[in-house]
Amino acid sequence: MLDIGELYKTFNAYTINEKKVLKGLNLTLNESDFVTVIGGNGAGKSTMLNMIAGVHYPDSGNIRLDGIDITRMPEYKRASYLGRVFQDPMMGTAAGMEIEENLALAYRRGKRRSFGWGITKAEKELYVEQLKKLDLGLENRLTTKVGLLSGGQRQALTLLMSALKNPKLLLLDEHTAALDPKTAQKVLELTEKIVKENSLTALMITHNMKHAIQYGNRLIMMHEGKIIYDISGEEKKHLHVKDLLDKFESVSGSEFANDRMLLS
Amino acid sequence: MVTFVHYLLSALGATSQGFAWAILAIGVYVSFRILDFPDMTSEGSFALGGSVSAFCIAGFGINPILCLLISTLAGMAAGAVTGFLHTKLRIPPILAGILTMIALYSVNLSIMGKSNTPLLAQKTILSMAKSLFPSGAELGISDNLLQIMITMGLGIIFTVLVILLLYWFLGTEIGCAIRATGNNEAMVRAQGANTDAMKIIGLMVGNGLIALSGGLVAQTQGYADVSMGVGAIVIGLASIVIGEVIFRRVLSFASRLISIVVGSIIYRIIIASVLFMGFNSNNLKLLTAVMVAAALSIPVFKKDKVRIEKEAE
Repeated sequence: MLDIGELYKTFNAYTINEKKVLKGLNLTLNESDFVTVIGGNGAGKSTMLNMIAGVHYPDSGNIRLDGIDITRMPEYKRASYLGRVFQDPMMGTAAGMEIEENLALAYRRGKRRSFGWGITKAEKELYVEQLKKLDLGLENRLTTKVGLLSGGQRQALTLLMSALKNPKLLLLDEHTAALDPKTAQKVLELTEKIVKENSLTALMITHNMKHAIQYGNRLIMMHEGKIIYDISGEEKKHLHVKDLLDKFESVSGSEFANDRMLLS
Repeated sequence: MVTFVHYLLSALGATSQGFAWAILAIGVYVSFRILDFPDMTSEGSFALGGSVSAFCIAGFGINPILCLLISTLAGMAAGAVTGFLHTKLRIPPILAGILTMIALYSVNLSIMGKSNTPLLAQKTILSMAKSLFPSGAELGISDNLLQIMITMGLGIIFTVLVILLLYWFLGTEIGCAIRATGNNEAMVRAQGANTDAMKIIGLMVGNGLIALSGGLVAQTQGYADVSMGVGAIVIGLASIVIGEVIFRRVLSFASRLISIVVGSIIYRIIIASVLFMGFNSNNLKLLTAVMVAAALSIPVFKKDKVRIEKEAE
């Protein structure tokens, strides 16, 4: 359902800071795939996600989503197909607006915004129902400003918002990296629940190899702008962190020495 | 006693002006606070509103209310230019506003053909409203007082209309997206709204209101001047921060708008009071700047206290 073909991207081209981030990336996702993405710093994971989301456009190559070419579609237009959760818990919500107003913004994704009411009574009931699923007590705080919530609460809300309109594809960019371990665990469980319930196709970047193995049905490892390892199904289930480290060393010829990955 | 009555009269006059200027402050609030866009266009669009009204009235004898509408549309166009410069040509917000503001100075001069247009002998919204009432002598009050009351009435009508319209508008889907854009642009794009369009619409609304205020001020004070917009931003901000200082615990949007109106009136009364006490009017802008700086710096001096209050919320 997602087809990425020969994607190239270079930042700061022709300058001393030139960085070739993607070098002919190819990736195909199947319907209801929940793919975890790992790789060292600068491997191009976030860049890939940003290309899919339309934050940056690729230099060449193409991205098709359900047969639609979205390679150069403006970010706000393709947003109707995508759900996104960012690494920074502050990024996914509007702090100065109420919980229900944030949900209402997400509820109108993919719809042309008009002079109709920004939020209606009928919707509010839907939001209460949805918020109950989070099990954070937010359903009683519909008119609380989002800025007063904790990082974990905001991330859970963002997750809910991203799935509210059943996106074709859910993009999760290290969405638990900024949370404490306990909250991160909770948000991950919630992610799995939401992905399963709505049978979403999801792409989740993580720095935590255990999580990468534990969640999803497919795992890809990126290195220097390419996918160097792609494993799914039964094989993935029996994977260990050590296997991933060995794999990385054999393919890249260097050590997967990243404290953040080893310690987490 | 006589001085006291004089003072009361000037304070009342100030209050009546406060309403017309409150619309300016609300416009500044839309761009500065809601959209989080430091929009310098305001200075130019305020004078633009005055110039266009003067041009329509003195040049063509168009209905004064229609003139106010044309002023508003002109202000919206000015906002659209700044929005275009910023979103499409990627010029930083402050510079985009300054460019439009400077350009508007010439535009305003060529609209009026001179730097000042008197409207005293013309049919303005004030003279129209006055004709609905008997003369002051018949009512047993001075003409001066009657004029103040009518100006105030007009100001109240327009302010209430503006507040109602803005309250409605910001509750719509587009209005919500504009508010969110001022909060977090990346999030708004991720939720499928065109942030460039939201910024342009927001700036159009803000500058439209500012120009309406300019038109209303010109028509009620009886002249338009090409330099009438100088300091408009700071005056608008002064009204906003005075309102915020007085209504510190206000949370609802409607009461925030009302606090701006109150702030605008208090600002006018402060100005009238210091002038009454013999303050050199050349130093008024200095006084305004000091007032805004002082009000804006309150959080720094009350940092610990504010933090405690935030936690208590």
